[in-house]
Amino acid sequence: MSKLPIVRIENLHKKYGDTEVLKGISLEVQEQEVVVIIGPSGTGKSTMLRCINLLTIPDEGRIWLEDQEITAPHTDVNKIRQRIGMVFQDFNLFNHLTALGNVTIGLTKVLGMNKKEAHEKGMWELERVGLADKADLYPAQLSGGQKQRVAIARALGMDPHVMLFDEPTSALDPELIGEVLTVMQKLAREGMTMLVVTHEMGFAREVSDRIIFMEHGVIVEQGPPDQLFYAPKHNRTREFLWKITELYGKDRDNAAPASG
Amino acid sequence: MDFLQQFGFLVYYLSQGLGVTLGVTAIALTTGLFFGTILGLMRVYGGPVLSRFAALYSLVIRGIPVIVVLFILFFVIAAFVNLSPFLAGALSLGIASSAYQSEIIRGAIMSVPPGQMMAARAIGMSRLKAILYVILPQAFRLAIPPWSNEAAIVLKDSSLVYVLGVPEILRRAQYVSARTHEPFIAYAAAALLYFALTFLTNRVLDAAERRFRLLM
Ligand SMILES: Nc1ncnc2c1ncn2[C@@H]1O[C@H](COP(=O)(O)OP(=O)(O)O)[C@@H](O)[C@H]1O
Ligand SMILES: [Mg+2]
Repeated sequence: MSKLPIVRIENLHKKYGDTEVLKGISLEVQEQEVVVIIGPSGTGKSTMLRCINLLTIPDEGRIWLEDQEITAPHTDVNKIRQRIGMVFQDFNLFNHLTALGNVTIGLTKVLGMNKKEAHEKGMWELERVGLADKADLYPAQLSGGQKQRVAIARALGMDPHVMLFDEPTSALDPELIGEVLTVMQKLAREGMTMLVVTHEMGFAREVSDRIIFMEHGVIVEQGPPDQLFYAPKHNRTREFLWKITELYGKDRDNAAPASG
Repeated sequence: MDFLQQFGFLVYYLSQGLGVTLGVTAIALTTGLFFGTILGLMRVYGGPVLSRFAALYSLVIRGIPVIVVLFILFFVIAAFVNLSPFLAGALSLGIASSAYQSEIIRGAIMSVPPGQMMAARAIGMSRLKAILYVILPQAFRLAIPPWSNEAAIVLKDSSLVYVLGVPEILRRAQYVSARTHEPFIAYAAAALLYFALTFLTNRVLDAAERRFRLLM
């Protein structure tokens, strides 16, 4: 028997009004795999990620998380979401809680840990993202990069089996992007399964096992980074990578774009 | 000197109604906050039926002078349970205030960024837990400035229960005025007390606002 994928998506469709945003996405993500999703904005990347933890309910298609079909009727979404960590573009830290409080609230209110256990685990997660010394600060007192690292710690606190990142560095000043990518890279090395929507091509090439190029609600092309960067099968992939490297990659990305 | 002494006694006599005024205000504000929060939550999260009910309730109550609400509720309440005028008056004021407070809470909930609910759900909180532990704690902080305003209004409206014969500040001023035939002095003393109370309340709530201000 082959190993069960952590996430399996089959023929996923989603419409908003008359616009079909996802037009039949199928995808498997294996344990410890790091998958980077790229594509123009408005293409349905966020919608797809949100379908995986049921923040958005698909119209059609099925999704499995490990051995459980989460799109089946009567599943407990709150239980499912505990196994899926999500990191948002604009952090969404709880404004009324300290960095530590942001991590522990899920531990106490969702997992039912007592205060002491939650405190220890919370500090440990902050340590993991290098922010133990900022435990008592409120989100408004943190830099963007620190906020995003706290958001990652908050998600990690629930011991997720897979992490979803939706453009985690897009809202950050350029000089703060590195610290977040470093944390993500460390996670990848520790064996975390990750789906990452990002424009950071340096990260995609160095850290990911596979890149997926999405456009207009379908997966146009996917493959190992080297293949997509140096031998893309579709012209659209080549054009997009060229453009994205021009736009975002000047300083941080010194490799040649997909020029053929 | 004689006048000042007299005025001083008068303020002292009226201030014996202070406890009643504060009691009516505190009960009215608490009742109003309790029902206002429930109604505010119904407005935002209640679905079509509950939210429409809450909106209608708010529209109707806010469209009627508080004193009319007071009379109606006083007699409605009196028909069912035997409450003292003090309690009945305070509860009636609270119910009137709940309509205004529901608008305050609703506005505050809606100014909590939508990403907060999403992030709470993403770590596996149920909607109820997200509301209790993430949305409401922020909404209450955001509501402090408009709520102070409402507190000052309820404090002043508490004078209305004098029509039910509750011996609060205004009622006592009326006694004095009737006995001394010096209405100006009697009511001026009452005005002074109300002003001092309102002023203090605002100061306390300003301090609370600074202490609990939500930075985003
Ligand atoms: N909640 C929503 N309601 C209506 N339209 C939406 C909603 N979420 C996304 N969309 C639309 O769906 C399309 C895809 O959005 P999104 O998944 O955010 O794309 P991407 O993340 O690739 O930029 C966009 O046109 C967007 O306007
Ligand atoms: Mg997006």
